[in-house]
Amino acid sequence: MCSGKLCSKEPVKTKEQLRTLLKDTSGKLYYKQMQDLEVDTDLLWKTIRTTLKSRIKTWLEICSRCGMCAESCFFYLANDKDPTQVPSYKIQSTLGEIVRRKGKVDNAFMRTTMDVAWGKCTCCNRCAMYCPNGIDTGAMFSYLRGLLYLQGFVPWEMKIGAGMHRIYYAQMDVTDEEFIETFEWIAEEYEEDYPNLKIPVDVKNADILYTINAREVKHYPEDLAYAAILFHLAGENWTVTSKGWEETSLAMFAGDWEACKIQVKQVYEAMERLKPKRMIGTECGHAHRATVIEGPYWMGRKDGKPPVESIHYVEWIAEALRTGKLKINPEKRIKTPVTIQDSCNYVRNGGLKDITREIIGYMVEPGYFVDMEPNGENNFCCGGGGGFNGIGLYRDWRNKGFTIKRDQIIKTGAKLVLTPCHNCWDAIRDIEEVFKMGINWSFLKPLLVNMVEIPESMKPAS
Amino acid sequence: MYKFLTGFMFWISVSIFFIGLFVRFILYFKGLDWRLDRVAYKAYPFYGIKGALKSVFKWMIPFLTHGWRQQSFMTIAFFAFHIGAVIVPFFGLAHNIFIRSKICISLPFTLNQLTTDILSWLVIIGAVMLTIRRLVLPQAKILTKKSDYFILFLSVAPFITGLCARYEVGNYLFWLYFHIICGEALLIAAPFTKLSHFVLFFASRIQLGMDYGIKRGGMKSKRGINW
Ligand code: HEM
Ligand code: SF4
Ligand code: SF4
Ligand code: SF4
Repeated sequence: MCSGKLCSKEPVKTKEQLRTLLKDTSGKLYYKQMQDLEVDTDLLWKTIRTTLKSRIKTWLEICSRCGMCAESCFFYLANDKDPTQVPSYKIQSTLGEIVRRKGKVDNAFMRTTMDVAWGKCTCCNRCAMYCPNGIDTGAMFSYLRGLLYLQGFVPWEMKIGAGMHRIYYAQMDVTDEEFIETFEWIAEEYEEDYPNLKIPVDVKNADILYTINAREVKHYPEDLAYAAILFHLAGENWTVTSKGWEETSLAMFAGDWEACKIQVKQVYEAMERLKPKRMIGTECGHAHRATVIEGPYWMGRKDGKPPVESIHYVEWIAEALRTGKLKINPEKRIKTPVTIQDSCNYVRNGGLKDITREIIGYMVEPGYFVDMEPNGENNFCCGGGGGFNGIGLYRDWRNKGFTIKRDQIIKTGAKLVLTPCHNCWDAIRDIEEVFKMGINWSFLKPLLVNMVEIPESMKPAS
Repeated sequence: MYKFLTGFMFWISVSIFFIGLFVRFILYFKGLDWRLDRVAYKAYPFYGIKGALKSVFKWMIPFLTHGWRQQSFMTIAFFAFHIGAVIVPFFGLAHNIFIRSKICISLPFTLNQLTTDILSWLVIIGAVMLTIRRLVLPQAKILTKKSDYFILFLSVAPFITGLCARYEVGNYLFWLYFHIICGEALLIAAPFTKLSHFVLFFASRIQLGMDYGIKRGGMKSKRGINW
């Protein structure tokens, strides 16, 4: 253990630190060291005094303690209506208590608070829709995560994730070179079927700048190929950037606001350098939330918008199908019972529910689509949001929480769940792994690639 | 005694009430911070106002929001309690006469005696329902503190004592004085307790409405967030 402490208030800033942290399997030693981590109560109170203003202060104060938010939280429902899972209780017994004690809390308190902030809330914001006073408990938990991060009380995987963004400007150890190489290599693999399939890198003034989730480079390079194929078939003038290509932000889940800024700055600089007409992000919910919805504020942009118009992948698909840039072969439409997981991040918190329904109108044979109940902005979290999927420490809690989504899916009778969100995709995969319901799940890209018509001019010469 | 309660104490409590709540309302909005809250409050006035109005008004109609529909007992209790609690103090028959004597302004309409009585009874029934809810439902019980019962009691006390005076149960003057004292206590407590929700409810709903209207999808979906 040459580099000393694994668990400290310091963010991970070097590759060396990252390596030692990763070597500590499941964070065993990390969590052990956390038991001795001192709480800097002065810093805690000072941070609260400078950042906890009207909005959150009032939320904490006017909560009428009515419990109307209880039934809105999937944790509460999944845990047999355990009253300690009521959103108001969870936030009042953690953040509320820290504020009431003016920051004077001890190590044990902070560790329990960490368990609640990451293990009993996915920041899905559903409860905000059900509180008569307009109290957004998810937003408060996100704030609380920031306080905990500054004190070093953060799950091992989150600490690593935020560190990745600080070092690689990506959620995983994927370098800029690896990104471009992988993208070009996988496109070559498909070139036989799609002649002239190219990856335009750093093209200025393109119509579209495409940004991605680093996992695609590492684990699902086909997804990159599908994106290239669809842009190619739609005849789009698109590009990727060799720097600032990562749209996601585990730093947001970690509450590492400094790293959030470091990450999104890369993307905005790419936009400013390449001056595309629009930015389109991949099928990821939290990436859209981070780079398009919250990012402008981290960067202090007064208009609350990224430097160029930025949209989610589903918005592009809907547009391409609407305008006929992409045409679906009616024979190939989905003819199995199918449902969709409405992502909290771009549906409840991004207003895109109608867009996905429009896409379904094109992709699914009439009569085969069944909505979950509830759906749209009222949908329950998939059960793995806010970083929850990735945290080993809370695996059992997560699997318990999954029962709500499982039952929602079973009720639809669907055999296929559309998941245009990386986190939701993972969650549905894990639900299937745990409960073996015999369902499939998929992003939209792979389905589309098999469904769209290839214009004569683009077909391989036979 | 009557003079003291309806003179000096009346003006003191009414001033504390209005000035206190006004200050709290103003301070709330002054304390909003577009960077910390991450909402570009001023950049999109149209979407902001639209979101705010929807967020407030949808919640003021029984069963209009998903939240109200999900909890019918609560909804009935809440509206039974609040309709009277808000209307009777202004438009109740005796109050209207009293207000006219104080500020020489006659409010646009007056409730007749029967309506005043019914609304007051609804307040009491609503409060009983809210209390039962707190005693019985585990999700409310775990949140409830003694002060919540106290505030509920403080809120119904003017209505109970008011009805006692109205029906002249025992000594009319006793109930009348008691009624005035309770009412004034409520007015004085309002700015300093969770009763500040008289105005902060609107403040908070306006804020969240603007948040959803401006930033979280209000500009993307036609109907905006479906509360
Ligand atoms: C200006 C209009 C008002 C609005 C918009 C409003 C709104 C609300 C809301 C949203 C709640 C939370 C739900 C609940 O716990 O029932 C609440 C609770 C409450 N309000 Fe109001 N209120 C208003 C006026 C009043 C007035 C005039 C009184 C008292 C005379 C009052 C007394 C209470 C009490 C005691 C509670 C807590 C109920 C409980 O214990 O469950 N409110 N109010
Ligand atoms: S619904 Fe709102 S006011 Fe009621 S307990 Fe929950 S957070 Fe508090
Ligand atoms: S934000 Fe979602 S997970 Fe968190 S308390 Fe609210 S409903 Fe539950
Ligand atoms: S993973 Fe999907 S459903 Fe879950 S919180 Fe994130 S966006 Fe919502």
